[in-house]
Amino acid sequence: MPIADRDIIDVTPTKLNRTEGLFVPAVVKGLGTTMRHLFQNFWRAGKNKKNIWVVQYPEEKRDDRPVEEGGQYRETFRGVHRLNRDEDGRVRCVACFLCATACPADCIHIVAEESPWEDREKYPKQFDIDELRCIYCGMCEEACPCDAIELTPHYEITGMTRQEMIFDKTKLLEVFDRTIDEKPM
Amino acid sequence: MPDWLPEFITLQLIVSVGVILVIIHLIAVGALYLVLLERKLSAWMQDRCGPNRVGPLGLLQPIADAIKLIVKEDFIPTRADRVLFILAPAFALIPALISFAIIPWAGTLQIGSETVEITVANVNIGVVYLVAITSLGVYGLALAGWSSNNKYSFFGGLRASAQMVSYEIPMGLAILTLILTAGTVRPDEMIEQQLQGQWFLIHQPIAALLFYICMLAETNRLPFDLAEAETELVGGFHTEYSSMKWVLFFLAEYGHMIVGSAFFTVLFLGGWSINPLWGLDLPMAGGIGMILLQFGIVMTKVFAMICLTMALRWTLPRFRYDQLMRLAWEGMIPTALLVLLVTSFVVFMGWLPMMWLASLITVFVIWLVRPLLPQQANPNRRLPLLGSRFSPKTHEALLSSPVEPRGVDD
Repeated sequence: MPIADRDIIDVTPTKLNRTEGLFVPAVVKGLGTTMRHLFQNFWRAGKNKKNIWVVQYPEEKRDDRPVEEGGQYRETFRGVHRLNRDEDGRVRCVACFLCATACPADCIHIVAEESPWEDREKYPKQFDIDELRCIYCGMCEEACPCDAIELTPHYEITGMTRQEMIFDKTKLLEVFDRTIDEKPM
Repeated sequence: MPDWLPEFITLQLIVSVGVILVIIHLIAVGALYLVLLERKLSAWMQDRCGPNRVGPLGLLQPIADAIKLIVKEDFIPTRADRVLFILAPAFALIPALISFAIIPWAGTLQIGSETVEITVANVNIGVVYLVAITSLGVYGLALAGWSSNNKYSFFGGLRASAQMVSYEIPMGLAILTLILTAGTVRPDEMIEQQLQGQWFLIHQPIAALLFYICMLAETNRLPFDLAEAETELVGGFHTEYSSMKWVLFFLAEYGHMIVGSAFFTVLFLGGWSINPLWGLDLPMAGGIGMILLQFGIVMTKVFAMICLTMALRWTLPRFRYDQLMRLAWEGMIPTALLVLLVTSFVVFMGWLPMMWLASLITVFVIWLVRPLLPQQANPNRRLPLLGSRFSPKTHEALLSSPVEPRGVDD
């Protein structure tokens, strides 16, 4: 199919007139723009709300800001995972493997075992999430049929080795205990 | 001077050595802090913060950078030409340092009955020395590109040399125009004339513009940094350099920037002149206080010029290579020749106070004549390819046109 004439946008540069051909007026105009930004930001770069308001990270965090000023929207932020507990304090997960199947990064590894409790058939004997492989897309959260896995607003996940960045079941339940107050289930 | 000293040690010699020491240290430390200034200014221009972690307001950043660069491994590629590889940074730095020699940083100082000049060497040829020395700067770049045994470095060196050769010409012509205006080649006499009359910026704005553009090209700064175009040539001529050798190239670039700004100040902004329009101005000679004041004014002007250079760097994009060459050969050299011609006419007729008319006439002539000149084909033009949407043949015509049978025999 040839492209219809009305869909063609002509980007051929227009021919410069006599004054524009000297280039000096355009350079002066460009310098004007540069200088305007320079003086707007002079000594208060990053605090100028008209241009950009920088978060000076270690001292200042996005958590401290209202959402309108570039703060973190905690309700939907996708940070480190947690495994939820039910009312009795047991892990809610029933080891259905839906999250591991949905995971596009293949970072969830579950070993299932027969449940010791009456109300469910299986429970995860082992539940490992490789936080280095994870892309924090939230698909596991979407896939989970019993709201067992959730992403929390915590994003400062660090470690000295790769091994300690693989979060196991105890660690994920610990994350739950830490974040249950700020993000209820 | 006391009698027991040998005869060649004069007060002038001592002052000259003092000036050398002060200026060299000023360049070395100044270059460090100009890097910080450039990073800060560019950050503000682009709505960023700039370095603010090391020390208060990031003021210790240059020292951290220097320590990092000193302790880095000084790497020499195996197949490099070792002698030239080591010599090249020195070749780059030396012209930047020795071209300071003829700049008058302040007027003449009177100590008792003796007068000394605050300059390293007040030579008769003056400005010609500047033209001779600045063109030496290309050797460092070309040698670095050649000796690295790296094709990208080599491209960088080649570009640098071609660019320098092209931009020497309009620079020389602009300086020639200035010499015609001033009637002298000595920088101190030029300053004296500007103190008594107008700045040469007012007499010769076109020559000042040409000189400034050439100065940018000679310092290899954007928009003329084709020699180290990061996006095209990895790092250009200094791709293979690291540690202190790399620092020397950096120092050379900023040294050239300072020296170029200083020359612009002396030649066009009247040195320590504070009144651009008429005679009332600071004196040529004076005591210690007056000398310091003059030095401060010169330094302020140099600083302002450097800031302008940095603003230009973060305003203009880099030229393509053919644009660079066209600007020099089709734009600046004819303009410089025209200014020279008109200025000679004005000087011949003796209309010296009307010197600014020369620039005005030049601009008018260019404005009038340029559209009549034969134009080079637009390098961005679209070539009509058969079947493309820029083709003169329409799709229907292509479909209906008889297809020639192509057999195996063809």
